[in-house]
Amino acid sequence: MSKEKFTLLKSKAVPLPNENIDTDQIIPARFLKSTTREGFGDNLFRDWRYDSNNNPVHDFALNNPAYSGKILVAGKNFGCGSSREHAAWALYDYGFRVVVSSFFADIFKNNALNNAVLPVVVSDSFLKRLLDTIQSNPETQVTVDLENQNISFDSHSENFDINAYKKICLTNGYDDIDYLLSLDKEIREFDLAH
Amino acid sequence: MSNKKPKTIFEKIWDKHVVKHADGYPDAVFIDRHFIHEVTSPQAFDGLRKRGIKVFNTQRTTATADHNVPTKDQHLPIKEALSRHQVETLRNNCSEFGVELYDLGHPFQGIVHIIGPELGLTLPGMTIVCGDSHTSTHGAFGNIAFGIGTSEVEQVLATQCILQYKPKTMKIEITGKVGKGVVSKDIILYIISKISASGATGFFVEYAGEAIKSLSMEARMTICNMSIEMGARGGLIAPDEITFNYIKGRKFAPQGDAFDKAVIEWKALATDEGATYDQILSFNGADITPMITYGTNPGMGMKVTDRIPTAEELKEISEQTSFKKSLEYMGLEQGSLLLGKSIDYVFIGSCTNARIEDLRAVASMVKGKQKAANVEVWVVPGSKQVQEQAKKEGLDKIFEAAGFELRDPGCSACLGMNEDKIPAGKYCISTSNRNFEGRQGPKSRTFLASPLSAAAAAITGKVTDVRELI
Ligand code: SF4
Repeated sequence: MSKEKFTLLKSKAVPLPNENIDTDQIIPARFLKSTTREGFGDNLFRDWRYDSNNNPVHDFALNNPAYSGKILVAGKNFGCGSSREHAAWALYDYGFRVVVSSFFADIFKNNALNNAVLPVVVSDSFLKRLLDTIQSNPETQVTVDLENQNISFDSHSENFDINAYKKICLTNGYDDIDYLLSLDKEIREFDLAH
Repeated sequence: MSNKKPKTIFEKIWDKHVVKHADGYPDAVFIDRHFIHEVTSPQAFDGLRKRGIKVFNTQRTTATADHNVPTKDQHLPIKEALSRHQVETLRNNCSEFGVELYDLGHPFQGIVHIIGPELGLTLPGMTIVCGDSHTSTHGAFGNIAFGIGTSEVEQVLATQCILQYKPKTMKIEITGKVGKGVVSKDIILYIISKISASGATGFFVEYAGEAIKSLSMEARMTICNMSIEMGARGGLIAPDEITFNYIKGRKFAPQGDAFDKAVIEWKALATDEGATYDQILSFNGADITPMITYGTNPGMGMKVTDRIPTAEELKEISEQTSFKKSLEYMGLEQGSLLLGKSIDYVFIGSCTNARIEDLRAVASMVKGKQKAANVEVWVVPGSKQVQEQAKKEGLDKIFEAAGFELRDPGCSACLGMNEDKIPAGKYCISTSNRNFEGRQGPKSRTFLASPLSAAAAAITGKVTDVRELI
C-alpha cells in the first residue's frame, strides 16, 4: 500500500537532548486505547508537555514557540522500551518526518521506517553541535537528503547510513507487505513443508 | 567427516526459517507461531481489510486479551468505554478472520507470554513473534522469539513471514552458583546493570553457564523476558531435559510418539562446538546478590545493600544530566541508601514474574505473616490457569491472611494502561520489567526487584534485604 514518499526535507528542528527517551514517554500507555492509527499526535510526549492539571509545561521544547519544524533532534538511545508502533504514529501524526539521534533502539527504528518517519543516525559530536546550534538559533534550517544520505546545517554536514532496501521503500512509498506478497507461492510451499 | 561450519543454536533456527534470501534485501523469515492481543492488533486487521486479504494461516495464530483488561470482576462488562471498545474490536476481528481467541473468562486467558508456554504452544526450534517487546520470554525454550510493531503484525497475519536482517549474536555466560536469596530476576537485573539499557542493542543473546542451566523453566523465562531491557532483539537458552519435562503433556505440545520424535530434533538444536558469536560476556554467579533498581531505566540497578551512585561516579559524563533528572523524578538523593526506605505499594505480577512458581515463592515467604500497615499489596496472576492453580494449592488463603489482594489475570500495573495504576509520587516495589517514568501510572515511582524481595518488602513496608528474612 502506498505510503508518503520521502526524498529531501529542509526544515527547522526541535531539540530534545534527553537520552534514553523511551516509547512510554513518546506516547504513554494510557493513550494506546485507540483502534486506528490517527490522532496520537495530540498526546505525543504527553507527560512532558502537560502537567497534572493539563496545563502546558512552558519550558518543554514542543511548547516553546521558538521551535518548530518536521525534524526532531534527540539524545542517544531514542525509542527504547516498549515495541508500541503508536510511538512512530504519534511522531508522524504530530508532523515529524525525521528523528535525528546518535543511537536508536531496534524496534523503534523499524517501526519508524515502516511509517514514513526517517531515523537519521549521526555521530555524537555532530549531534551535540546540532543540538547546541538549534538551541542558540532556533531558526536554523536543517536539510535531510535521503537520496545522497546526507544531513546538513550551516556549514556542517554528515553522511548517514540507511539500509538500501528501506531506502527504496521510502523513496517510492512501498511497504514490506508489497514485497512479501510477491513471495506468496514460496511461502505457501514452506508452510506445507513445516 | 563433515566439514559443515559449526553453528550457534540461533543460526540453526534462523537458517531453517529463511524462505527467501536476496542480497541487499532483508531475509523473509517464516513465522511458526504468532500471538496477538488487543492493543497492537486492531490497526493490523484494518490493514488486511483494506487490502482485501485473509489471515495466512489461522492455525499458527493465537489471541488473548491481557493489556487493557480490569483485574477485578472480569465477568462484568469492562467499565471504561475505550478499553471495552478495544477488547470488543479484538473479539470481532478474531471471529471475522477465524483466529482462536482466549477471551476474558476463558480458562486459557492470560498474559500472552505466560499462556504460550503454559499451553505448549511455545516449543523449541520455533520462530515466534508478537506485537509486544517481551516476546523474548518464549526464548527460554530454545527458539527465536521477538517483539514486533503493528505494521509487522499485519505482515505476519498477511504472509506468515517477516522481513528481518539477521541480528548479531551475543553469548552471556553466568558461571558457578548464585548465593542465598538470589533468584533469576536478580541475575537479569545484574546483567542489565552491568551492560546498560542499550548494551545489547542489535544482538540476539544466548544465555549459558551453570547458573542458567540449573534454573527451572519459569526462572529461565524471567531471564529471557528482560533481554529487551538491555536492547537485545531477543534472548534464548538451549533446550535440555528441564525444558522437555516442562513441555511434556501440555495441551498443544506434541503427544506420545510425536513428542519423543520432537525431543530428538530439539536435542540437535544445541550450539555446535567451535561456533562463534559476535560478542561473549561472562559473569561470575557468586558476585550476584539481591538487586533493586533506583532509577528510570532497567539499567539503573544495584545490589540492594549498595548506595545509589553519584553523578561523578558515572562512566560516561554525557549521562549526568539524564541521571540527575531520573533521580529527581524518583525523589531520591545521589549516594544515598535505598535499604530501609519506606514504600507504598507492592506489585507482584507481569509476564516477568507472575507464574505459579513466583506465587509459590511469595506465599512461602509470607505464610503466617502480615503485610506492613503502610503498604498495599497486589498479587496479579499471569493467567487464569495460574490463578486456578494458586487456589488449588491454597495460596489464595495465605495471601488473604497476609492482607494481600489476589486479583484476576492480566498485565495490570505493569503498564499504566488499564484500571490498575500506582498513584502519582508513590513508591512501588514491582516484579515487572520496566521502571520508566509513568510506566505504572502518571508520576508513579517504580523499584524493580524479584518476587522474593517484593514479598520481603511487603512484610516490612520498606526496601529490605531478603536475606535477613530467610
Ligand atoms: S505484563 Fe507488562 S511487559 Fe508483559 S506483556 Fe503485559 S504489559 Fe507487556
